[in-house]
Amino acid sequence: MFRVVGGLTLVALAAGLVMAFGVAPREVTQGNVQRIMYLHVPSVWVAYLAFAVVLVASIVYLARRLDGADRLAHASAEVGVLFTGLTIATGSIWGKPTWGTWWTWDARLTSVSILFVMYLGYLLLRGMIEDPDQGARYAAVLGIVAAFNIPLVHFSVYWWRTLHQPPSLMKPGPGTMPGVIVAALMVNFVAFSLLYIYFVAMRVRLLRREAEAAA
Amino acid sequence: MVWKDLLVERRSKETLNALFFFALLLLFVFQFAVGPDRERLAGTLPGLLWLGFILTGLLGLGRTFVVERENDCWEALRLTPGDKSAIYVGKLAGNLLLMLVVEAILVALFGIFFNLDLAGVVPALVVVIGLGTVAFAAVGTLFAAMTSQVRARELLFPVLLLPVQAPVLLATVKATEAVLLGEPLGSVAHWLKLLGAADVIFVTVGVLTFDFVLEG
Repeated sequence: MFRVVGGLTLVALAAGLVMAFGVAPREVTQGNVQRIMYLHVPSVWVAYLAFAVVLVASIVYLARRLDGADRLAHASAEVGVLFTGLTIATGSIWGKPTWGTWWTWDARLTSVSILFVMYLGYLLLRGMIEDPDQGARYAAVLGIVAAFNIPLVHFSVYWWRTLHQPPSLMKPGPGTMPGVIVAALMVNFVAFSLLYIYFVAMRVRLLRREAEAAA
Repeated sequence: MVWKDLLVERRSKETLNALFFFALLLLFVFQFAVGPDRERLAGTLPGLLWLGFILTGLLGLGRTFVVERENDCWEALRLTPGDKSAIYVGKLAGNLLLMLVVEAILVALFGIFFNLDLAGVVPALVVVIGLGTVAFAAVGTLFAAMTSQVRARELLFPVLLLPVQAPVLLATVKATEAVLLGEPLGSVAHWLKLLGAADVIFVTVGVLTFDFVLEG
């Protein structure tokens, strides 16, 4: 099963690269730099997906006390932090040539970085509690608080200031992007989602074995 | 729950003295940091004010369950019959009271030392600070219970609390700024709505999840 998902992920990632570098056209004003979008946007999608999974798994754990749900939340938070970091890094690389700066306190940069530190704290909490049962319960509570905080972060930071280009994909009315770019982006969405599933599955298996070894 | 609340009251007098002194020291530090430049001071004042609230709040809230832990009453707290969320509400009320008292003192000190004219803006200021403090105390009480059992709790508590409080802080600082400039509350309605939403969400989540925190 792992082999299948892993293989599929590899194929999809390769297809995503081909679409991003081969098929998608060169952007007129930004040039080839713009191609980093095919990495940047799917990363942030995976990050949000991961944190949503943390929320659901946390609630399931508190309600049902399934160890699997706890491990899923743990693994998903780790992968989510990884992809949030990736989003920030690729955003910086993209921002330097186009905005002329690595970092600016723009609304969405700020909100993503708040998510980053929030879930880093989550992982820190997990690392600091020795009793696995207690750690699981506390982490689940934090996972729920953090997830409910995400919309608050968004609104607050949005009203605070914004410079980021408006979302070009998910908005009402006809899209501004030509079909081939959307297609390339979609392939990368699928590839990154598969990569997420693969990472989480691997981490869950590892955590299960660690628990078995400790027991 | 009522006697719990009273117990918190009694203890908060001990904490209150230390917090008051701490607030006074903060004031000195801010004065040194910003310097005597009036214009710069006016720009940074709302931020400084909330920085003061946060720092005193971190100290005050972090101590919420220390008494229980030191006196080995944690077990007793856990074994209390009935609804555990009552303990949370009691602790939250105690913390809220403590923080509001400290904040009132801090605002008064700010008014005196930085020569502010607060007379006209007090009602609006009370609304903003009240809404912000509820959100801060709601999460703070929950996290204090969680971190009280951890070895490095003095470190973990702020590290967990500050990122979660980021939206609340943004909202309160912006709203406080507008209020201090003499603008009506209507001009910051969106911030107040956000704070209200944060209050409802955090208190609800706190009440619902506190059971699980106390369990172990």
